[in-house]
Amino acid sequence: MNTETGQTTQRAGILGGLRDFFAGMYRLYKFIVQFFKQVFIPPYEIREVINQCYEVGCKTLPLITLTGFITGLVFTKQSRPSLSEFGAASWLPSLVTIAIVRALAPLVTSLIVAGKVGSNIGAELGSMKVSEQIDAMEMTATNPFKFLVVTRILACSLMLPLLVLYSGGVGILGSYLNVHTNELTSFRGFMNDAFSKISFLDIFSSVIKSAVYGFTVGVISCFQGYNATNGTVGVGKAANQAVVISMFAIFLEETVIVQFVNSFLR
Amino acid sequence: MQKNPDIQNSQAKETIISVKNVYKAFGTLKVLNGISLDVVRGENVVVLGKSGSGKSVLIKIIAGLLKADKGDVNVLGCDMNTISNKDLQKLRLRIGFSFQSSALYDSMTVRENLEFALVRNKPQLSRADIDKAVKKVLDDVQLAGSIEQMPSELSGGQTKRIGIARTLILEPEIMLYDEPTAGLDPVTSIEINKLMNKVKDEYKTTSIIITHDLTCAKTTGDRVAMLYDGKFLRQGSFEEVFQSDDVRIKNFYDYNFITNP
Repeated sequence: MNTETGQTTQRAGILGGLRDFFAGMYRLYKFIVQFFKQVFIPPYEIREVINQCYEVGCKTLPLITLTGFITGLVFTKQSRPSLSEFGAASWLPSLVTIAIVRALAPLVTSLIVAGKVGSNIGAELGSMKVSEQIDAMEMTATNPFKFLVVTRILACSLMLPLLVLYSGGVGILGSYLNVHTNELTSFRGFMNDAFSKISFLDIFSSVIKSAVYGFTVGVISCFQGYNATNGTVGVGKAANQAVVISMFAIFLEETVIVQFVNSFLR
Repeated sequence: MQKNPDIQNSQAKETIISVKNVYKAFGTLKVLNGISLDVVRGENVVVLGKSGSGKSVLIKIIAGLLKADKGDVNVLGCDMNTISNKDLQKLRLRIGFSFQSSALYDSMTVRENLEFALVRNKPQLSRADIDKAVKKVLDDVQLAGSIEQMPSELSGGQTKRIGIARTLILEPEIMLYDEPTAGLDPVTSIEINKLMNKVKDEYKTTSIIITHDLTCAKTTGDRVAMLYDGKFLRQGSFEEVFQSDDVRIKNFYDYNFITNP
């Protein structure tokens, strides 16, 4: 009897969880549809978009510089012993550059932006929601969705590709530092080797997927913040979920996009 | 229910807020159960009631921040059930809403908070006009020295004043105050009450003041409406309402004296 009751409770719990999940997905879908409806309708909040681009882009630069440089340096250092074993140390520049351009720069940069910018957006919008600042904005005949959400999503989508290109460049410099220290390779020689195996499609797909990751971080963070409830607890939850769900979504998208791009590269 | 002669006279005046048989529920929780209220131009109506009685929900419905489940709401000639988004935006420029938490934008200075609505809604104004308007409302709330401060640097009373100033900058016809004296000490509460009366006189506003503070109700209200469990128990002058034999109104009155002797 007890086992039966336990099973029923467990089934109800699973069904409730599934129902909440699909309800959440539906709300997210409506949120995205609203974004696409509002983004093309004037007034265009150009000034606020630029302001948000500064927040997303410039304020993340120091962190991106550091992590990009370390990623390139450490990846080169760690790959050297294995390649040297096969007498292929000269392949290091091209190997590292392929890894950075195709995967490391987009992924590492997006995850850092998800952590820094995503949590910031989730907490800021969440705090505005629970302290009635969003209602106050509505009362001044300002569309808060357009002013707060559309601008942030656009800024994330526009700035992430630029940050990825920058991070990739810094990562390649980190790699060059290691190669130069060990083999005294000239900068020009290193760059020739590094880009010998890189095609336009590599860079193009990297930029496009960065824009997709930026959009993902923007949408999820704004969605969590804009729908925050339950006071300060809700704000903390919104900030936390903005980061966790964004990161999870980025990994899922990376898996799908890699399959898609590889089908073109074959 | 008896009516104050002034109120009877005022019925000849223009009714600019009309709420008829409004119902509102959140899930299974019924908040408003068929309430009706008319407010004429130039009147200060105080809606009294304990926490959770639906007072804030009522003014949010009037401001168009929430939709009524059932019933008619008409504000300045606009039917809030059928109003388009565009018309609602225009209407909101004629309504000022002072939030319980003041809802100042944390990331902006006092000046930016005040300018925000003006810059966005009156793009024809020059920098000098905007500065003049900001200075005027700050003088009106007696906080000219706080212009470059951040909201986090202001006291509770100052925050309330700036919140009111932010709504006044658009020179609204209607002011909706949500718990204007909540969380303030008695002296600051009296200052806020005086400010609300000054706003009524100088800006010729019509106001609905949501509160559970009897001092606020007595000093600012031309008329008082007592809300209980989503329904108005009684409306009239302060004295008329509290002369009632209804035990729920008596309890509310006594409770205020016990907690605010």
